[in-house]
Amino acid sequence: MNAFPFISVLTAVPLIGAFGILCLGAQNKKLARGVALAFSFMALALTLILWHRFDPASGALQFEELHAWIPAIGVQYHVGIDGLGLLMLMLSAVIVPMSIAASSEIQERAPLYFSLVLFLQAGLFGTFSALNFFHWFIFWELSLIPAFFLIRLWGGSKRGPAATQFFVYTMVGSIALLLAFLAIFQSTGKFDFIDLAELARNGQLVPALVGKLGWHKFGAEQIALIIFFGAFLGFAVKVPLIPFHTWLPSAYAEAPTGTTMLLTGAMSKMGVYGFLRILLPIFYPEMRSVLTPLLWLAVATIILSAYAAFAQKDLKRMLAYSSINHLGYCMLGIFAVARFTGNDGAFALDKTAALNGVMLQMFNHGLTAATLFWFVALLEKRSGGLRGLNDFGGLRKVAPVFCGLMGIALFSSLGLPGLNGFVGEFLILRGTFPLTTWATSLTVIGLLVTAIFILTILQRVFAGPLNEKWSQLQDLTVGERLELLAPIALMFVLGLYPQLVLGIINSTAMKMVQQLRY
Amino acid sequence: MITVGFPELFRLVLPEVIVVAAALAVLSVDLLFMRAAARRTRFAVAAVISCIGCLVAAVQMLMVPQQASVFDGMLVISPQTQMIQIALLVMAMLVILLSIDSTFTPHVGEYLALILFATASMMFLVSSENILLIFISLELLSLSLYILAAFNKQSVRSAEAALKYFIFGGISAAFALFGLSLVYGLSNSTNLTQIAAAIKNPLDPLLFAAIVMVVVGFGFKVAAVPFHFWAPDVYEGAPTSSAALIASSSKVAGFVIFYKVMVIGFAGAEGSGVWRGYVSGWVPVIATIAALSMVLGNLVAISQTSVRRLLAYSAIAHGGYMLLGIVSHTPQSFDALLYYVVTYALTTIGAFGVVAVVEDKIGGDKLSDFAGLSRRAPVLSFCMLIFMLSLAGIPPLAGFFGKFYLFTSVLTAQARTLGLLWLVILAILMSTVSLYYYLQVLKRIYIAPTLDDAGPIRTPIVAQTILCLIAFGVVVLGCAPNILLVWLK
Amino acid sequence: MLAWTIYISFLAVPVLLLPMVSVRASRIIALLTAMAGLGVTLVVFAHQQSGEMMTVTRVAWIPTLGLEYHLAADGISLSLLLLTGIVAVAGILFSWNIEHRAKEFFALYLALIGGVYGVFLSFDLFLLFVFYEIAIIPKYFLIAIWGSTNREYAAMKLALYSFAGSALVLIGLIAAYVVAGAKTMNLVELAQYPFPVHFQMWTFPLVFIGFAVLAGMWPFHTWAPTGHVAAPTAASMLLAGVVMKLGAYGCLRVAMTLFPRGLDAWGFHVLGFGSWRDVFALLAVIGIVYGAMVALVQKDFKFVVGYSSVSHMGFVLLGLMTLSQIGLSGAVLQMFSHGILAGLLFAVVGRMVYDRTHTRDLAALEKMSLYKLIPFAAATFVIASMASIGLPGFSGFVAELQVLMGAWRAFPPYMICAGVGVVIGVAYTWRAMQKAFFGEAEPGSLHTLPPISTPERIGAIMLIAVSLIIGLYPQLLLNLVVPALNSPLFDGLRKGSWQ
Repeated sequence: MNAFPFISVLTAVPLIGAFGILCLGAQNKKLARGVALAFSFMALALTLILWHRFDPASGALQFEELHAWIPAIGVQYHVGIDGLGLLMLMLSAVIVPMSIAASSEIQERAPLYFSLVLFLQAGLFGTFSALNFFHWFIFWELSLIPAFFLIRLWGGSKRGPAATQFFVYTMVGSIALLLAFLAIFQSTGKFDFIDLAELARNGQLVPALVGKLGWHKFGAEQIALIIFFGAFLGFAVKVPLIPFHTWLPSAYAEAPTGTTMLLTGAMSKMGVYGFLRILLPIFYPEMRSVLTPLLWLAVATIILSAYAAFAQKDLKRMLAYSSINHLGYCMLGIFAVARFTGNDGAFALDKTAALNGVMLQMFNHGLTAATLFWFVALLEKRSGGLRGLNDFGGLRKVAPVFCGLMGIALFSSLGLPGLNGFVGEFLILRGTFPLTTWATSLTVIGLLVTAIFILTILQRVFAGPLNEKWSQLQDLTVGERLELLAPIALMFVLGLYPQLVLGIINSTAMKMVQQLRY
Repeated sequence: MITVGFPELFRLVLPEVIVVAAALAVLSVDLLFMRAAARRTRFAVAAVISCIGCLVAAVQMLMVPQQASVFDGMLVISPQTQMIQIALLVMAMLVILLSIDSTFTPHVGEYLALILFATASMMFLVSSENILLIFISLELLSLSLYILAAFNKQSVRSAEAALKYFIFGGISAAFALFGLSLVYGLSNSTNLTQIAAAIKNPLDPLLFAAIVMVVVGFGFKVAAVPFHFWAPDVYEGAPTSSAALIASSSKVAGFVIFYKVMVIGFAGAEGSGVWRGYVSGWVPVIATIAALSMVLGNLVAISQTSVRRLLAYSAIAHGGYMLLGIVSHTPQSFDALLYYVVTYALTTIGAFGVVAVVEDKIGGDKLSDFAGLSRRAPVLSFCMLIFMLSLAGIPPLAGFFGKFYLFTSVLTAQARTLGLLWLVILAILMSTVSLYYYLQVLKRIYIAPTLDDAGPIRTPIVAQTILCLIAFGVVVLGCAPNILLVWLK
Repeated sequence: MLAWTIYISFLAVPVLLLPMVSVRASRIIALLTAMAGLGVTLVVFAHQQSGEMMTVTRVAWIPTLGLEYHLAADGISLSLLLLTGIVAVAGILFSWNIEHRAKEFFALYLALIGGVYGVFLSFDLFLLFVFYEIAIIPKYFLIAIWGSTNREYAAMKLALYSFAGSALVLIGLIAAYVVAGAKTMNLVELAQYPFPVHFQMWTFPLVFIGFAVLAGMWPFHTWAPTGHVAAPTAASMLLAGVVMKLGAYGCLRVAMTLFPRGLDAWGFHVLGFGSWRDVFALLAVIGIVYGAMVALVQKDFKFVVGYSSVSHMGFVLLGLMTLSQIGLSGAVLQMFSHGILAGLLFAVVGRMVYDRTHTRDLAALEKMSLYKLIPFAAATFVIASMASIGLPGFSGFVAELQVLMGAWRAFPPYMICAGVGVVIGVAYTWRAMQKAFFGEAEPGSLHTLPPISTPERIGAIMLIAVSLIIGLYPQLLLNLVVPALNSPLFDGLRKGSWQ
């Protein structure tokens, strides 16, 4: 514990930045953006340092910090990261500068905008590294509130209802989560995730729940399930899982595009992270007992969202549904892993592969989706706000670089081998096939439909006869090309050399699988 | 019967003699030398003479404390009664000083002399335990007060007030006399202690009749319900200083003697007013009229628009509280009663002083006349604030401590069973109601906007000083009640 | 040294009323006085290691009756003194713009503060009562002279309710004093006196209700919304922030300490209630839910906050009735937290919004897009709303958590109702925030409003910072409160139905 408190410093950096921008005063738009960018690069640098000092071979928690805080209610300041945490921190650190770079057209109250973005980043960092429910929840909410305001104040024409819907759904989920954990605290006296996972592993959690919360009308199983559902709801809304997803398309569509990048790139991962870090270790037996319905939910998410994407006419909404679709794969992977296989090491390899795939997919999808939305933002800027599927046509002729780069991103989203989108999906499907063959088979439909709508985008927007309206469309400027170079390059690198990421997460995945056996 | 020779008697009643002499001096000086002077000068001179007289009497009592009981209890002097007499003298001085600026009468000497005569009679009254002398002093006091009430010959109200006072008072005096004579018949003595010793059968109907009649007589004096009907009119009609005297010293004297007569005189016939423990006697009778006074006084005061009438009904209510001190007939409750009535008297003098200034400068005593007073006469308003809040029983003023001490002593009388709790609860609840109408006055003074042509008011300097002094006293007595408590023991 | 908080406040009153003091000077004097009081409290707070009782002054006052001038503080008192100091300073900052009879305003304000300090410091019950009543009259005048809607009626209602409540308390206190031998009114000694159980069975509810009237317990709460709405901003901040806590403090310090057996079971059941504890717990929960539900439908912005105060005070009372250490410490913490947050909310509604827009009607405000005109106010209200909902990181969370945990052990169904109340709390706060600040104006109808002045900013930041500090590090207060709850003073409470 004498080590430098990297994680606390990392979380503090965007906070300081946010306050700093607020104090700058309302007029300095360019300065605000510059300062925000600077702080986000600082955070990125810190995460790179973390990566450098990270020991990939051990699956244990590193950079751990543990301090007493509020003993009266069992709260400690406990942060630490393993491979998953580091991956998420890096994702957040990468997405935020991209988002800031894409937010060049924010004029009104720009300093407030950028400080809210930095607050959100701090919330993300905190969520991905906190190990005690108390401050984990603080950061969870800390990311929710700036997101709400970002949508509400700078969004599109229907931002009011979209923001409200976003807020209400997520708040209801958060409350359910809070109540579930309060119930757990009431029974066990603990808020710490590691301790609770320990209790669950030793089979002590359910008896404690029953003991303190027992009500004669409910059996032990039922009490545990109720608590599980509370926590499940909180995360299912965030991912989102169908049928808790209805807030997402409007929110993504109405939010300013920089915010959408954040929403899809990092915030949606909070839900999946919650499943991995919290639900799976603590509620493993409960998940197992409702496994089939959960799998159905995951399958439905994958398939139905793909169809829904196909039916959309607004590019942003298409991509929104596509986000749901991609994260559905993560959920499939997680649920499949919950399948009970006994204490022998059977299916350990498959489970590890699935978990590796899930984490990889989280990172890759974050990157790809954010980049895609960035492209849509650039398109909107040039078209004066239009982003309908049928508004364009033949843009390849006037803006070849733009179409080329966006095409790469689209193919990555499609899952073309050689680009980063492929590896994650492949690993997940490879892992889940032995575990739940039927579910995996059904998801192939989803793959097909995804392919169809992505190709449709390519065809309607880029190929085909040129729509005369856009004959003067400007291609990407040099600056934009440079900015986009990083994510596109990363897509190639990760597609060709996924070991870069797998190296970080593999031990963690193995450890997770190991801890799921009992 | 202990008799003393005249020189000894003279020494014992020296204070009263000094007061009477002062009264005669005032009369003579005014009639002989001052007829031609301006009214204010006459008042000033007469006031100075009166005050000197009172001061001398008071100092005499302080320097030479006496302890005596002579002539069958006609004159019973103890340090406590001397302190009460000093308090009466102080109140008389305050009233006299506040009357300096009055304009209602050219008969200055007579007026102040009457005040002094009334004071002297009160001094006799409180130091007597013989029903004969009690009655004589009572009549002397009443006659003086009737005339004082009628003194404003330019006001129909004043005459009406005095007439009502006189008629009521006469009838009550008759009742009292009849009752006292029955008592004499029963006990063959005029001394209170011997009377008590002689009562063999507490349930004797004749005794009961006597008690009721005596209660009527004294109840009138202290304005208890249902003998209170004179109070609102007298308070409203009499000239302010007379009303102040009636409301203050006469109350003090009235309560002291009421206590003595009932507690010492009817000592065996108390009965009990404990909740669910009724025992026939004078205690339940007084408890009933106390309860009625508290309720009626407070409730009717709410609807008053004239400050004087408001003060009258509040006096009835306060009388009700003070009767509790008689109901719980212990020495501690007497001390509490004394504290309460003395501080109440001081506060009332102050309140009437303010009313006098307002009537003089603004023209009336209606609530609307007080509108915006705080901007026109800040010091005066602040004094009124103190007086009203003290009457309402807000700490840290004297009124609060008086109530607290009184209620505590009432409960302590039945400490184990808390039998008189019902009376205390009623008193506290009614006291809560009273805050409403006191706040009405303060609301007008502090909150209501001033009338259109209202400029600042210059309060006469003497009145201002006296009122500030009284207000200061009320605050000090509230914060450090020990001063008075120790002094009155 | 703590006694100086009282003396400074009262000494400033005549100074402020001197004719030679200008309005500007009076503001500064008032601010310095309040800061001095706060400073003294902070110094003692910093030095205090534990929450043990420490006597500040103890002299005989009225020896005839055994009454003493006894000032002392333990952890609970100290926390509430701190609250008073903070809200007092903030209130003066938010009243910086008062021009009409400003000197009298500050004089009355400081008199009220002095009285409140006195209540929290008194350990002699007579003295406590004296200070408690002293506080009533300044409240009356503050509302009646500088208030807004229906002010005279609201002021009178508040004064009479408070006075009636204190009348009930007085009856109980005198009865206790007499039964204990009429020798002393010292809190510690009376707490140790073994009052007969049947005696406690009627004095406890009497004194508890008497104090609970001021704490806004349902159904005696009706003075609160009217009073808060009518009062000028600083007065509502004090009223909701501190004065309501006087009531709750009295419930804990006097009723529950002196008559703990009054909470025991009666031995029989009436309508499902088996003890006064059940009754008051139910009333508390009704207050929580009722206050929240009524707040949800209000059309007047300030009424929303007024009813939310009733709802939050219900938490305090529920915490008191849980009779467990966690519940009681949650109640004290909630007193502190809600004091700060209510102050902040009223400051925004009254000073920042109403003083500028001259309307509190939510429908009218919705057309003004206030988040564009006074963004600082919008941000402050958002933060205050999040905090008052009970968002972790702010002071309300730990407080409500502890109360809920205590309630779960004692009255599980009530805890669920209270939880529902919290959820409704999210709803009404949300609704008010949306309507008041984030409405969309018709284009072209926006006019400017005076910007948020520096004193307002300082006040708002101060209150937010305190809520944040206590939210992130509640040990600061818990270190004082928990030892105080463990002190011998509460021994009687710890027998019987203590959890």
